[in-house]
Amino acid sequence: MMLVRHIRNGTVVDHIKAGKGPGVMKLVKGDTEDPVVLAMNVSSTRHGKKDILKLENVYLDEDTLDLVSLLAPNATVNLIKEGEVEEKRKVKLPSEIKGVLKCFNPKCITNQEREPAEPEFKVLKNPVRLKCKYCGEVFAEKFFKNVQKP
Amino acid sequence: MSWEGRNIISIDEFSKEDFYRVLKNSEKMIDLLDKGTPLNVLQGKLMSSLFFEPSTRTRLSFHAAMKRLGGKIIGFSDPRTSSRKKGETTSDTIKMASAYSDVIVIRHPNPGAAKLAAESAEVPVINGGDGSNQHPTQTLLDLVTIQQERPPSSSDSNIDGCKVAFVGDLKYGRTVHSLCTALKNFDTSFKFIAPEELEMPKKYKEGTDYEETNELELSDADVVYVTRIQKERFPRPSEYERLKGTYVINENVMNELKDDAIVMHPLPRINEIKSTVDSDPRAVYFKQAFYGVPTRMALLAMVTGALEEGELI
Repeated sequence: MMLVRHIRNGTVVDHIKAGKGPGVMKLVKGDTEDPVVLAMNVSSTRHGKKDILKLENVYLDEDTLDLVSLLAPNATVNLIKEGEVEEKRKVKLPSEIKGVLKCFNPKCITNQEREPAEPEFKVLKNPVRLKCKYCGEVFAEKFFKNVQKP
Repeated sequence: MSWEGRNIISIDEFSKEDFYRVLKNSEKMIDLLDKGTPLNVLQGKLMSSLFFEPSTRTRLSFHAAMKRLGGKIIGFSDPRTSSRKKGETTSDTIKMASAYSDVIVIRHPNPGAAKLAAESAEVPVINGGDGSNQHPTQTLLDLVTIQQERPPSSSDSNIDGCKVAFVGDLKYGRTVHSLCTALKNFDTSFKFIAPEELEMPKKYKEGTDYEETNELELSDADVVYVTRIQKERFPRPSEYERLKGTYVINENVMNELKDDAIVMHPLPRINEIKSTVDSDPRAVYFKQAFYGVPTRMALLAMVTGALEEGELI
């Protein structure tokens, strides 16, 4: 059993499918200088193996949780305050994502300089893919697994 | 439901009822053109024709359509002559055109530009092709062509019951993908004929009654839709050279076709249909280009509110 100390304030993203942790970390870590701990391939009664991410003094907004759900649709998120779990929730795959991800098609009108088009995607399920509402392209996970929080 | 003010951006937004409505209203326009009836339903109206990239058929047929309805046209066919050159955004150009005119037709190299145009404009926007994304009026004129050129049927449309063979570049061909999507609203079956490298993507085949082959075998087809195989799609020029002559419609192929089959092509064609078959009555690709005019007349009249429920206002 590997021990990682409990965090006093911050967020724990649990039940990330084993191997998806680094992507989730890249996505949510932002520019925090506080401790961030990623535990990979941790034994889980439910999932066999899972990844867990702990972020000290970081609380994730709804947009970021939507992004987490793309990579880890079964993740649970615990908000920790003063050493106690204040809120425990499951991430939920949204039906659409707006304004937080750029389109991966460089020719898409949303990627043209100064055009006032806010990138918007329809979320397709099984497997999770994103369809740009402007250029119509569909993007598989390989495109968004390395995105960073904007 | 009135179409007045409606944008025509993507074929995916069309319901079965929408398709039937376009077929019916296009037929009305064909009748009026056949009779030579002068029309003035769009007299006093202006169409902005904003071609951010070159086009021949789409631009000319939209212009012909607007003029046939009695309307006038402003715009540009070369962005180098517009304020684009000074760095104006597409969105700003659209806002300006929206203030000047009653309907906007846009052709643009960037996918998604038509949706942005619709969001920027106060008047209806018709997508004349936005990059690799959508070209809905091409699909609609393709449907009108099948409806007009196939023998009359006892079904809801002459499209129902057809076996449609798509030939050529089925992987990248935008017209093929859109038409296939639209035809799912009708009782059709498909035959996809392409080299392995250019096969129809799975998402278009899903949910359809289809067969797939790389042999040009067309004896059971009612509609043959031919597309160009482009050299740049192949990683090795030798592959292109090997395949370029494989899917050519010539007299021998025509001899195998059913008597009432039709051969379509979105044009321009290069070598994939021999000009020697042009005189065959089953070769309807130039009629198909003609149907672009009545189809676009119907759309212009519908979105400007001049045509409701088949009646010209």
